[in-house]
Order: sequence, then C-alpha cells, then structure tokens
Amino acid sequence: MFDVSKIREDFPILKRLIHGKPLVYLDNAATTQKPKQVIDALIDYYSYHNANIHRGIHTLAEEATAMHEEARGKIAKFIGAKSAKEIIFVRNSTEGINLVAYSWGRTFLQAGDEIILSESEHHSNIVPWQILAKEKGIKLLFISLTDEGFLDLNYLKKILTKKVKLVSLVHISNVLGTINPVSEIGKMVHEVGAKLFVDAAQSVPRMPVDIQDLDCDFLVASGHKMLGPTGIGFLYGKEELLDFMPPFLGGGDMIREVYLDHSEWNELPWKFEAGTPNIADAVGLGAAIDYLNSLGMENIFEHEKMLTDYALNCLSNIRDLRIYGPKTSKNKTGVISFSIKGIHPHDVAQILDEEGIAIRSGFHCAMPLHQKLKLPATCRASFYIYNTKEEINKLVIGIEKAMKVFK
Amino acid sequence: MDDIYREIILDHFKNPRNFGKLKNPSTSFSLYNSACGDKIEIQLKIKNEKLKIIEDIKFTGEGCAISMASSSMLTEKVMGKTIEEIEKLETEDMLKMLGITLTPTRLKCALLPLEVLHKAINL
Repeated sequence: MFDVSKIREDFPILKRLIHGKPLVYLDNAATTQKPKQVIDALIDYYSYHNANIHRGIHTLAEEATAMHEEARGKIAKFIGAKSAKEIIFVRNSTEGINLVAYSWGRTFLQAGDEIILSESEHHSNIVPWQILAKEKGIKLLFISLTDEGFLDLNYLKKILTKKVKLVSLVHISNVLGTINPVSEIGKMVHEVGAKLFVDAAQSVPRMPVDIQDLDCDFLVASGHKMLGPTGIGFLYGKEELLDFMPPFLGGGDMIREVYLDHSEWNELPWKFEAGTPNIADAVGLGAAIDYLNSLGMENIFEHEKMLTDYALNCLSNIRDLRIYGPKTSKNKTGVISFSIKGIHPHDVAQILDEEGIAIRSGFHCAMPLHQKLKLPATCRASFYIYNTKEEINKLVIGIEKAMKVFK
Repeated sequence: MDDIYREIILDHFKNPRNFGKLKNPSTSFSLYNSACGDKIEIQLKIKNEKLKIIEDIKFTGEGCAISMASSSMLTEKVMGKTIEEIEKLETEDMLKMLGITLTPTRLKCALLPLEVLHKAINL
C-alpha cells in the first residue's frame, strides 16, 4: 500500500523548517532524502558490526563481510542481474562510467572506432569518453534530439555502423525527465556488434529496471539518488565482459597473489574493488533497496507519474513560464525543467528557498543540452516518493511570488 | 536574507547602468560562470597614462539579479577612479556596495564582475 503520509513519517528531515516554513524538497534528481531505516542501518553497522572485510577471522569481520556481500546480492536481485558477481561497488555513477572507459575502453577500443552518446547526457557520460577518445583516437558521435527532447532514432540508425563499438545513453534525462527507449535501442546496437551502456542514475530510483529486459552490457546507478547514502553506487557489467577486463585500480582486496614482480587478480567482483571498500554505505544502500521493495517500484513509478502530470498541468497555466521537454508524463517522469521570462533561475530558486522550497537552478551538469535548447540556465523541480500535490501547489504559489517581486 | 531583493538591487537589475559596449575600449575582459551560466563582459577606457583613470566603463552580460545588479553598481562605483584604487577593492567592498548578506553560492554571483574588472585592468 502506497501511503505518502506514512512514508513521510519515515524521513526525519521532512520535519525540518527552512526559514520558519516546512521543507518542500523538490531537488530529488540531485539527491534524495534518507528514511530512518537507512540512517538506522548505518548506526547499527557502526555500533555493532564494524570491522574490515574479507580477511579477518574474528566474528565482527565475518559479520561485516556478510553484510557487505548481502547488500551486493540485494542490488543484483533488484535489477535482475544473473549473479552478484556482475555488481561492482563504486562511489557513484560517475566512477562506474570511468571504470568502464578506463578498463574496457583502453583495452578493447582502438583508433578509428566510434562511440555514440546523445546530446542530453550528463557530463559524467560525456567527459570520461572524451578523455578516452583523445587518448586512443576514437570518434565520438552524438544522437541529436527532437524539439520535444526525445532521441532522434532515425538519426541513430544513420550513424550506427560497424565502426561503432559502444553506445552509452542516459535512461531518464536528469534535465527533461524523458524516458529513453533503451531496450529498443539495445537491439539496434547489438545488431552491429556494439555494446550498450545505460546511465540509470535517474531510472533505477524511480521505475522498475530489469537488466534482462534492457539487455544492456553495462549499467550504472548512484545510491544517494535512491534513498541510500552518498559515496556508494554500483556498476553492473555482463560477467563475460567483466571477466576479460583488466582492473581499474590496483591495491589490496583486488588481488589473489602478489609477488614483487607481478600479481594475480582476484575473481569477480572483487577484481574491481581495490582497498577497503565503503562497507557501511553499501549496507545502507541495501537498506534503501529493502525500503524501495517494500513500496514496490511499480507504485513508485505511478506515484511520480501522477505528480508529474499534476505539476505539468499547474505549471503550464502560469503565463511567462516555459516548460522544456515533453508536456505530458507519456515517456517522461519525475523531472520538470522550466524557465520564467525575465527572472534568472537563481533568483527563482532563492525566492522559493525563502518559502522553504528546494529546487535546482543552473545547468544540471548538462551544458551541451542547454546549448542545444539555447538556454542560459533553467529551474528544475524533481519529485520522489514523499512528495505531494500540496507541495506542488506551494511551488506554484512560490513561483507567483517570485514573479511579483520581479514585476 | 529578506532584503536580498531590496529596491536598489531590483532597480539596477531592471535598469542596468553603463550597460552596452564602448566604441574604442582600452581593454576588455569577459568571464563565464559555468555553474550558473552567468556571463559578464566589462570594457574600459583608460585616460592619463600616468594615473590611469577610468574614463568610461561599460558592461554586457546575462545572469541573475545579483550578478547584474552587482555589475551595474560596480561600474558606477569605479567610474573616474584610478586603477590603483580599483585593485584595492575586495569582497567586503562589494558587500557594502550591495548592502545585503549572501550565502557562499550567491556570493560568487556578486563577485563575478569584480573578478572580471580585476582581470581586465591587469591585462
């Protein structure tokens, strides 16, 4: 049962007042708030189980190891991976993309190969490939966007040749909220023998994601955008690909044997996890996944679609307010970017903050997309499980106040 | 925080002083704040080789009310001043000029024109 008022009780921060007013948190695409179940999991881990993992024989070491690996298992099950070996813990989506660019990219790509990205990517899915491209003489191609903000699949068909070795795309745009048809694209990508990388930082938190349905080769997500702690995320990679990839970082834990002149790598997934990992936050992410499962990802998706439709409807009635991307929740969810004539997004955000409302303003780490839309910067409201229609009403009132100040 | 959008800030934002381009600037500089997308260009006309006095100054750009008002007020403040005097300007002077308190993130908006001006005179 999806009961928002009950959900809200689980989030201590939602009781906070900002400038004397109840917090209305609409910056969920940046990071989500944490339920007490996740906070408690961290306290429990540090209070009763803390130890270093994989080596100690003592009770705490065994407990900590089991908790860390149990969290990995929860992630694998959550996204439908065949095995927990396919889940690599990283700090965030950005690190996961860098890991693949560094390890897979440097090993298997060569001069003249091509990588396809899109114009709507987050900087994290552009910059690592730019670094790789420069180093190896690889060409980057970008799928253009339609006026509504959807990927131009006809253009993709044109540029998808045998030269392309990787297509890396965002699943849900962090600016426009568009849901890209990655499953459909995956089939096209695999027909030319290329690999598909999915940046699922926004999708894994807000819709059911099944690796087997998507048929992607790599996928990344960040824990902090799905109720979990900061500093923990995961990379999924098909086992047969990860097996042939060299390590990303060298050090303890990622080795089986070390000699002065050479070393042998550990097996998956630990081959990619050098040094003491972020154990507590992995456990916290496991607790976040339990929480999401208890609500049901289908229900979360429906709740956000309802909020998105409601907000789109309210905002489109405001004169001088322009919404970017799709105007309905068909193939869009959770994220709405807009601008108001004559008021800079920073000023909108500042005035809303005085009302206790948190939105994001700026480029949202997607400068190329803003250049495509010819925008200086935008305002972004993004929703999650604890948001309500009443909060969207407050957003509208706040926007009207900003327009009054700048009249 | 309540006075951040006080009359004088909004007035300078809506009616920026010295906004535009100079015909024959002695020097100019522009900076782009990629975090918020603010862009400011300042052009200067300097007279008297020895004293180096700002004879004329104009700015163009786009940005939030704070960065635009700060630019507008700064151009008024430095008109007729010497380069030496301008070099001495710092954060405190800008805040005093604006008459508001700012959070660290918004402070960057307020200080962008000063950074541009300092770079322009040191070219």
